[in-house]
Amino acid sequence: MVDEKTVETNGRAPSNRESDVLDIWVAGTEEPQFQPTDEGTQEFGPDETEARLDDQFGRVVEDDYVYDDEVADDERSVINMGPQHPSTHGVLRLQLELEGEVIRRTKPIIGYLHTGMEKTAEQLSYYQGPTNVTRMDYLAPLHGELAYSLAVERLLGIEVPPRAAAIRVLMTELNRVSSHLVALATNGMDIGALSMMIYGFRERESILAFFEKTTGLRMNHNYIRPGGVVVDLPPGWKDDVAAILDDIPQRLRQYDDLLKANPIWLARTQGVGVISAEEAVAYSITGPALRATGVDWDLRKAFPYSGIEQYEFEVPLGHSGDVYDRYRVRVDEISESLKIVEQVMDTIPKGDYRVGDRKITPPPRARIDESMEALIHHFKLFTEGFKVPPGETYVAVESPRGELGCYLVADGDARPYRMHTRAPSFYNLQGLPIAMADSLVADTIATIASMDPVMGDVDR
Amino acid sequence: MTLSPVLVDLAAGFESVTWEVSHDQDVARVPIEEWEGFARAARDAGFEMCSDVTAVDWMRQRPERYEVVANLVSIAHKTRLRMITSVGREEPSLASLTPIWPGAGYAEREVYDMFGIHFEGHPDLTRILMPDDWEGHPLRKDFGVGSVPVQFKASHQVN
Repeated sequence: MVDEKTVETNGRAPSNRESDVLDIWVAGTEEPQFQPTDEGTQEFGPDETEARLDDQFGRVVEDDYVYDDEVADDERSVINMGPQHPSTHGVLRLQLELEGEVIRRTKPIIGYLHTGMEKTAEQLSYYQGPTNVTRMDYLAPLHGELAYSLAVERLLGIEVPPRAAAIRVLMTELNRVSSHLVALATNGMDIGALSMMIYGFRERESILAFFEKTTGLRMNHNYIRPGGVVVDLPPGWKDDVAAILDDIPQRLRQYDDLLKANPIWLARTQGVGVISAEEAVAYSITGPALRATGVDWDLRKAFPYSGIEQYEFEVPLGHSGDVYDRYRVRVDEISESLKIVEQVMDTIPKGDYRVGDRKITPPPRARIDESMEALIHHFKLFTEGFKVPPGETYVAVESPRGELGCYLVADGDARPYRMHTRAPSFYNLQGLPIAMADSLVADTIATIASMDPVMGDVDR
Repeated sequence: MTLSPVLVDLAAGFESVTWEVSHDQDVARVPIEEWEGFARAARDAGFEMCSDVTAVDWMRQRPERYEVVANLVSIAHKTRLRMITSVGREEPSLASLTPIWPGAGYAEREVYDMFGIHFEGHPDLTRILMPDDWEGHPLRKDFGVGSVPVQFKASHQVN
């Protein structure tokens, strides 16, 4: 028999009967004594406070981890993630130091896609240069071409015609939209919102179709070159752009319906991968990841290029610097970019789409058949290229990932003496260990996706 | 030349720094021994972000072979500053900027990897883009471009 003292009395008065359990089932023998229990009332135990539960569920993310020597070595494990992991967006490899399920330290290991493009640039003439830089950030190829072309033009001391500048703004802003759509799509995919992936890539297709019509290629366009753009916009381009402007805003509203009030999406993104404003500035993080922390820094406003200051647009800001804010900033930036595209479409000036200097841009094809000079210019440009006076300059544009800079050193030859690209993904990756410190392994993927690194841009 | 108000105070403390304007951009040529001190003063003067560190190899064209270039950004003043220093040929080495801007860490690793320039005080100066066992520093001018011989299927030549 059960010792009376150990019987779980469950709030009731201790009874003298031998078995407390059976009595309520003996119908009619006695009035059953139902007593309320705390089972099901969802009350916290004495040590289960709201704060403690938040901690246990991993909702509290603090970045002030102090390396604890008290933790035994066998509780700490170092695992590799990548470089062949499907959600590391290419060949990113992470070394994660875990204590149980919690990441303590992270080390990104990069270089798997390094192809020596800065060295290659020293072998290519200035006119061939965009072919090279467009392959760095393959999701925003036009921004790379723009930074390079602006740097060459600054060293040459030339200004492109207004129409060329407007076309550049139009194309790069559309490129920003397509790049952000991929970021949203892959971010959704990594967290498990698979529909988001399909939608993002579907909308991007309409922009890529327009790029293909204009430049001949879906990516790696080699469209923006020193001296202007390579070809004018195709006939009927306004209809295509108008269709994009018509379509994407309503799609954005659909994304909001899908994600904005989705409790799973919010739980996976809010308070995850937090970077503070001070950390972002100190670690040279730029672009949406910086603006999501609330720092109002957009190179289009701070150092306007290609006449972008003529157009009205806002700089969307976040405040908490988490995955959710980075996602919101990107969605809002798509709307703002479309505003710019609309203004360019309405105000695009007539005129030439490249400079008339035949030392820098090739003559029209028809002129080669009838003009000796045109033939010479064509031949010289495509064999030797044009020479750039000695000097050095740094030009940066706001790519979808942040400050995309081009440091160009010329020594008077037809090839750059040194070309260095300040790749935004490379620097943003530095913030990954900070964003991931003391978060859960499952949040790794959400954080990587929200930083939107393009490995071609990181490794160059 | 006339300096912007932000730079006037900065310039006052460093007489050995020469200032120039390169295509409308402010450039400070800093002696190598002042590199860290000048960087610290620049950070205190409002350049919160070190957006980029890179290098140029001048090979035989200059007595000091390498140039290390740091691009600074001031978000508060909306301005840029480029600081350049010359580094010698034998065992090139200079002070790291990582104690001042932690964001310079990756960039300095890249410069070390590509040019073999050492940064004293860097917490983790290892190769970043090239394999760990790589010999040489690819962006030096005496490092050849090279190519991998490609053997095509239909090739009649056998190496």
